[in-house]
Amino acid sequence: MAGTRGQGADAPAPSPTRDTAPGTAIAETAGATDPRALRGAGDGIALRVIAPVMRIIEIPMLGLQRVLGINRLAWVFLLPNLLLFGLFAFLPVILNVVYATTGGDNVMLADRPGIGAGNFTRLLDCANHLDPNTCREDKFWRAVWNTVWFVTLQVGVMVGFSLLTAIVLNGKIRARGFFRSVFFFPVLLSPVVVALIWKWMLQRNGVLNAFLDWAGIGGYNWLVDAQWAFAWSVFLSVWAHMGFYTLILLAGLQAIPRDVYEAATMDRASPWRVFRRITLPLLAPTMLVVLVLALIKGVQTFDEVYAFTGGGPGTATTFIIQYIYEEGFAGSPRLFGLAAAASLLVAAVLVVLTLVQLWVNRKSVDG
Amino acid sequence: MTHLKLLGTTALALGLAAPAMAQEIRFMCYSDGNECEVYDDVLTRFEAENDGVDVIVDVVPYQAILENLPIQLAAGSGPDMAKVTDLGGLSQYYLDLAPYVDRGYWESSFGDTLSWYRGADGGDAINGMHSQLTITGAFVNATLFEQAGVEMPADDATWEEWAEAASAVAEATDTPFPMALDRTGHRFAGPAISYGASILSEDGTPSLSDEGFAAFTAQFVEWNNDGTMARDVWAGQGGATYQDAAQEFINGELVFYYSGSWQVGRMDEQVGDFFDWQVVGSPCGPAGVCSGMPGGAGIVGFEQTEHPEIVAAVIDFLAQEDIYAEVTARTRNLPAHLGVAAAGVEFEDASPAAAAALSAFASDLPDVAPAAFRYQGYVNNRAMFGITAERVSQAIVGELSVDEAVERMASDLEAALADAQ
Repeated sequence: MAGTRGQGADAPAPSPTRDTAPGTAIAETAGATDPRALRGAGDGIALRVIAPVMRIIEIPMLGLQRVLGINRLAWVFLLPNLLLFGLFAFLPVILNVVYATTGGDNVMLADRPGIGAGNFTRLLDCANHLDPNTCREDKFWRAVWNTVWFVTLQVGVMVGFSLLTAIVLNGKIRARGFFRSVFFFPVLLSPVVVALIWKWMLQRNGVLNAFLDWAGIGGYNWLVDAQWAFAWSVFLSVWAHMGFYTLILLAGLQAIPRDVYEAATMDRASPWRVFRRITLPLLAPTMLVVLVLALIKGVQTFDEVYAFTGGGPGTATTFIIQYIYEEGFAGSPRLFGLAAAASLLVAAVLVVLTLVQLWVNRKSVDG
Repeated sequence: MTHLKLLGTTALALGLAAPAMAQEIRFMCYSDGNECEVYDDVLTRFEAENDGVDVIVDVVPYQAILENLPIQLAAGSGPDMAKVTDLGGLSQYYLDLAPYVDRGYWESSFGDTLSWYRGADGGDAINGMHSQLTITGAFVNATLFEQAGVEMPADDATWEEWAEAASAVAEATDTPFPMALDRTGHRFAGPAISYGASILSEDGTPSLSDEGFAAFTAQFVEWNNDGTMARDVWAGQGGATYQDAAQEFINGELVFYYSGSWQVGRMDEQVGDFFDWQVVGSPCGPAGVCSGMPGGAGIVGFEQTEHPEIVAAVIDFLAQEDIYAEVTARTRNLPAHLGVAAAGVEFEDASPAAAAALSAFASDLPDVAPAAFRYQGYVNNRAMFGITAERVSQAIVGELSVDEAVERMASDLEAALADAQ
C-alpha cells in the first residue's frame, strides 16, 4: 500500500503508459504542458468557488485521519465498496456453502434440514465414475463427461483456428482491418441470439437442409441426432467465441519483435521453420493465457447451448451448468442443496484452472 | 382502471410485484389464448362496482408461473392472486376463501375440482376456482385421411389401431409425421393409464414403474424409433422442458396430434380453411380403458395478501355463474362450473369445427379414469411429470434401455418423494 501511495504523490502523469512505452509517454506529457498552463487561470476561479464546498467534506475527513492515522484511513475509502462486495459477492458465496449442506425443497434456510456432506456423497456416489449409469446421480455424471468432452474439443478446435486466423490477419492481406473486425463480430452478439440463429439454420426445415435438398444431397435432422447435435454445439461455441481469442493472439503476434524475423530472413530460414522456431516459442506465454481462459469459459458454457438444443437430444448436450440450473430451479422438487453442492464442485475446478492461469501469468511476466 | 402489463421474467424474479397499496390487487396471469385480456375486461366491471379497488393484471409467460411464482411465494413477495396450474403443489400458500364466500354455492358449482386445490392434507378449505377445465385428447387431420382414402378408426379404437391408420395416411400422403404427443409427463399419463398403469393408487401411493407404465413406455419408445411418433418432439429437447407439436399440426405435417382441449382456440384461429380437423378424444389401451388426463388452470388467492377480503371478492365475482359463462364463452374453454356446464356454453365466434371439438372433448370427460383425476390433484405430480419426460426421452435416444429408464423412474420418484418430505 505504501508503494502505491508514493507513486501517486510524485507522478502526476498517468503511470501505466510509462511501463510499456516510456519514450512516447514522456513526449506526450511534454507536449501537453503548454495548454494546461493556459487553462490554469480559469481553474483558479473555479477552485475558489469549489474550495469552500469541499471544505465541508474535508473537515470530518481530517478529523478521521487524526483519529485513525493515515494508513487506516484507506479503509474508510474502501468501506462503501467493501460493503457492496460483501453483500453481493461474499455473502452469496457463503450462502452457497451453507445451502450445500442442507436438504429438502424449502427456499428459506431456516426451514431446511442440515444434512452435512449428504449432497456431496449423493453426487459422488458411483460404482464406476466412467459409466454414468452406475451412478446414483447419473445426470450429474453425464453432464460432467459431456462437459469434459465439450471443453476438450471446443478449446482444441477454437485455439487452433484462432491461431490460424491470427496469423493470417497478422500478414499483409487486403482489407485487413475489415477482416479483423469480421472475425470479432460474433463476440459482440448475445449468446442466445447466436444459438437461435444457428438453430434456425440447422433445424429440420432450416436453411442448411433447404440448401442440401436443393443440391440434391438430401436434408438431415441434425438436432435430433445426439452426435451431430453435440458436434454442432461445439461448432457454434467455437464460432461465437473465436474472435476474442484471435484478438489476444493477434496482439501476441504483434508483440514479437520484427528484427528476429529479419535475422531469420537473412539466414534464409524456411517459413515453416520460422513459424516453429520463432513464432510459436515467442507466442507461448500468450498462448497459455488463451488456453486457460478458454478452458474456464468452456466449463461455464450454458446459455448458448441451452438455447440451441435445450440440452438434448436426451442428455447429449447437457453440460454441468445446465444440470445445476435444472436441479435447482427448473425441475421439481427444487433441490437447492444439490445444485449448490454441484456448483461448489465446479467452482473447485475453476479455482484450480484460475490458479494455473495466475501461475502461468506470473511465469510469463517474470521470465 | 385496470392495467394490462407485460412484465419480463427478470423483472418478476427481482420481485417487482410492488408492495400492495391501499386497495391494489395484483393478479399474475398467463394466457393459453386470450384469457388474461378477458379477465382484465371483466374485472373492469368489478372495479366499477367496488370503488377504490384496482385489480392489476400482470400478464406473464407460462414459464414464470411455473418457475418464478413458487420462489416468490416462498420468499413472501408474491402477488395477491394468480392463475396457476400446479394446483396441489402450491396449496400451502393458498388463501382459504371459505370465510368470505357462500360455501353452498361453491360446493354445488365446483364439486370435485375443489379438492385439487387442497394438497396432501385434504380438509374442506375452498382454495381456488377452477377457471378452465381441460382434458387431453387427439386432434386429427381429417383432410389427410380423406386424401389417403383411409377409414378413420372408430371411437373405441385402440392406440395401436390409430398408430397403424396414421402411419398409413402419412405414407399415402407423404406427410412427415404420423403421430405426436406433447413432451410432458402429463400427456403421457393418459395413455399410460389406458395401458394399465395405476400411477396413483387409491391409497395415494405413486408409481411410475408398474407393468402398465412400462408397457406404454416400451410402446412409445418403439413408435419414436420406427417413425410412427415425431421423434423431434421428445428427442429434440433436454431436461424436462415442455415441447408441443401444435405448429407441425397446423402446418399440415402431422396426422394425429395428442394434446388437449386448450389447443382448440389456437387450432381454430391458425388452421382456418387450410384443412379439416377434428377431435377424436383419447384412444383406448389393450385393456379397454380409454382415459385422457384432466387438468386445467385455476385462479387462487394467496395467504400473504394484505387484502384477503378483496381477493376473495374478486375470485367470488369471477365464480358467479353469469361471469363464468361469459369468460368461458369468450376464451373457448371447457367449463368446470357445473351449473355453466349443465346449461351449455354458446362459444363466441367459434367456428363449427371448434364448437364440435369442444363438445367432443366434453363428451370424453366420462371416460377419464379415477386415477387420472387423482393424479391431477396430487401434490408431487409436477415432479412425476418431469421424471417421465426426462427418462422416457433418454430411452428414446438410446442412452438408457427401456428397462433402465423404468428403473430410473422408480428411483427418481423415490428420491423426489424423500426430498419433498
